[in-house]
Amino acid sequence: MTTEPMSTLDTLPNPEHWLTEHGDYLFRFAMLQLRDEHLAEDAVQETLLAALESRHHYSGKASEKTWLVGILKHKIVDLIRKKVREPTQENLEEKMDDAQHDMVDALFDARGHWITPPQDWGNPEKMLEQKRFWEIFTECLKTLPPQLALLYSLREISGMATDEICKDMNISPTNSWVMLHRARIGLKECFEINWLGRE
Amino acid sequence: MLTCKDVSKLLSQSFDRSLTLMEKIGLRFHFLICKPCPKVSQQLTFLHNAGKRLATEPEDILSSQSGLSPEAQGRILKKLQRKQDKLSSSD
Repeated sequence: MTTEPMSTLDTLPNPEHWLTEHGDYLFRFAMLQLRDEHLAEDAVQETLLAALESRHHYSGKASEKTWLVGILKHKIVDLIRKKVREPTQENLEEKMDDAQHDMVDALFDARGHWITPPQDWGNPEKMLEQKRFWEIFTECLKTLPPQLALLYSLREISGMATDEICKDMNISPTNSWVMLHRARIGLKECFEINWLGRE
Repeated sequence: MLTCKDVSKLLSQSFDRSLTLMEKIGLRFHFLICKPCPKVSQQLTFLHNAGKRLATEPEDILSSQSGLSPEAQGRILKKLQRKQDKLSSSD
């Protein structure tokens, strides 16, 4: 077997190549959402096993990495579903109410105005090209309470539909909106402080 | 009258559901008289798009984070090889 990437139907793919070439990326992507090394490792493993099994369905149209990330997203959701169903899992909504209840409130005065007006972010498109931006983005994601970060990443990074997430995480749509609002505003604040060095 | 706080909630929800006509009108009206909120709107939209990009970006933008440990690589590789043997014997 060669170490070349394979994408044609009549050649066997080389899973070893997938692992060395994309393993770290898949793991980081999974860690971002699962925040647990063991779970993230499971997700990568399940992804590559599934890829091996469905290798004949890979058309070669998308890049190998995109194809693998597509599978990984589903595996992450499967793992989260399992976790949510575990009897030890406490009621998510109750937890959410405790977690950072005042996080958003603290940003507004009594009349509902921003206490610290939003800063100018410069050229956002340029920001996306900078490594530092993504470092701050991932670090800020880590500062959110785990449930908020999970909901946020399912919605914004994996792009799952809100009603699907609500079913999986067993929360109401209204609650998901409250949580997503907190997550988005929390990220924005964290980002302003760390990217622009706002006091 | 919507407050800036209400506006930030609606802006967030606009990514998850269609706003009602009244809500849209409320936002428009608020933006006319408020300087910070249009900026907040841009920032939230920007972060919303950035999140999506994480899953589609071909570059390894997370490379500053640690990857798989050699032990984990070894464990996964073993499982893959076992699976591959099974598949090739049944082909």
